[in-house]
Amino acid sequence: MTAIEEHALTLDPEEARRVRQERLEQIGRWVLPLAIMILAIWLWDRICVWNDIPKYILPRPGVVLQTLFDDAGLLFSSLLVTLKITFLSLLLAVIGGVGLAVLFAQSKWVEMSFFPFAIVLQVTPIVAIFPLINIYVDNQTTKLLLCAWIVAFFPILSNTTLGLNSVDRNLRDMFKLNGATRWQQLRYLRLPAAMPYFLGGLKIAGGLSLIGAVVAEFVAGATGQSSGLASRIIEAGYRLNAPRLFAALILISFTGILIFLVLSLISHLILRRWHESALRQER
Amino acid sequence: MQEKVAQAPASASGNGPMLLALRGVGKVFSNGVTALSDVDLTIREGDFLSLLGPSGCGKSTALRLIAGLSTPTSGLLDWRGSSSVDRPDIGFVFQEPTLLPWADVFDNVWLPLRLKGVSRAKAAPVVMEMLARVHLTGFENAVPRELSGGMKMRVSIARAMVTKPRVLLMDEPFAALDEITRFKLNNDLLELWQDERFTVVFVTHSVFESVFLSNRVVVMAARPGRVFKELAIDAPYPRNETFRTSPDYAALCRQTSDVLIDAINSTAGPHHDGH
Repeated sequence: MTAIEEHALTLDPEEARRVRQERLEQIGRWVLPLAIMILAIWLWDRICVWNDIPKYILPRPGVVLQTLFDDAGLLFSSLLVTLKITFLSLLLAVIGGVGLAVLFAQSKWVEMSFFPFAIVLQVTPIVAIFPLINIYVDNQTTKLLLCAWIVAFFPILSNTTLGLNSVDRNLRDMFKLNGATRWQQLRYLRLPAAMPYFLGGLKIAGGLSLIGAVVAEFVAGATGQSSGLASRIIEAGYRLNAPRLFAALILISFTGILIFLVLSLISHLILRRWHESALRQER
Repeated sequence: MQEKVAQAPASASGNGPMLLALRGVGKVFSNGVTALSDVDLTIREGDFLSLLGPSGCGKSTALRLIAGLSTPTSGLLDWRGSSSVDRPDIGFVFQEPTLLPWADVFDNVWLPLRLKGVSRAKAAPVVMEMLARVHLTGFENAVPRELSGGMKMRVSIARAMVTKPRVLLMDEPFAALDEITRFKLNNDLLELWQDERFTVVFVTHSVFESVFLSNRVVVMAARPGRVFKELAIDAPYPRNETFRTSPDYAALCRQTSDVLIDAINSTAGPHHDGH
């Protein structure tokens, strides 16, 4: 302990400067975006006041916040509906994406045959597919789930496939030498090796499943069948209720940010001991 | 000028019964490269045999054939006079440590046993003993990235030896290590070999390493890959730092080095590319 303190005392100017720099960066990482955010909100408020903008065109931030509290019951129950679709579709995307990737990994032929289908599904805009789904599927929840799933599963499928195929050649030989079965190779080698890739895909899919859920509600909501956040936004738009529209919008973005943060944390916790991406930089 | 040695001469040790004979083994890759041509080689139980040669002489290919990771184009591998299906348990050490980066040291060493269905509890005494043998006691919960290059290689050796294989194949295992670490691992490997008396086939491009470790050095030549000459290293075991600095060792190294130079020059000709 004393040795470390003594060492800290005898830092040369260059090292001391670096330590100071690092400390500043550490603080700046949080303070800067926060300050800019507060500044932007303040500017938004000022623009409303200076230009005398009516609240049904651009409400002041305070009014939006007030609405968020006043309409909390309505908004949060709608959020819950959207969240249900989001998480269910994310779960299905994980099961479907990983399942298909494992299937693809069994044989190059399977992958070559079916991967193009996944790409077709991915590149066709979901809003364009929805009318079809609307014809074929009756159940409202199933409709939305299917939509959100189509949007979310591809990054998981493509990333996990890449991961399963990125196993070190020598490790594969080592498993072969030890007489590993196909299942053992998958369980002990290929799935763990694919983990960082899968988690990368999961982070993208988390955001996409929210977007998918909201977009699906929008399209479904146009026919007046949905009760999620998107339909609240459409409704508020019809009634020129800008404060509620903003409140709903803020709720959606915060949900998206939260999903991303949670998935990042999960990813970090799983990879922190071994993967380069999760290791703290050492110099 | 090419000498083929079908029968190993008497040597310092490893006069045991025949373990494996390569008979007229050749390997031609699909791109037309002849990696090995007509190799005859007998490996005896308890041998520490080094395959020494320049790059491109097919020594790694030979090792992969012995391991069963690849099949010969011509000739056959004769395990104790029986067919090649009767390949005994083999331990393999790669040039890189080749560890599972997400698993700790214990799990990495446990892996070969785990693949054979041995539970963690049942494997634990064997794994811990093996870790002790490679001087890694106390590191069982470390993950590979927390270890130095030499320690990772020790884990790799422990993993290869945990099933108590009768044959240990090593493909330039210490080539990427610094000299001090390499010497230490050389000594520890020899100690392990003398205690357990398994058979080692060791691929290297270092004259000094092959002479220090082996009782037999097989010098190979390139284009096509072939056995050039076999040398018996008639120095008694145990070999240690005293041997490493002895005139005997220096003389053996010189002798081996001369043969290696002949082997390299034997490639010189229209195909020689100056490497």
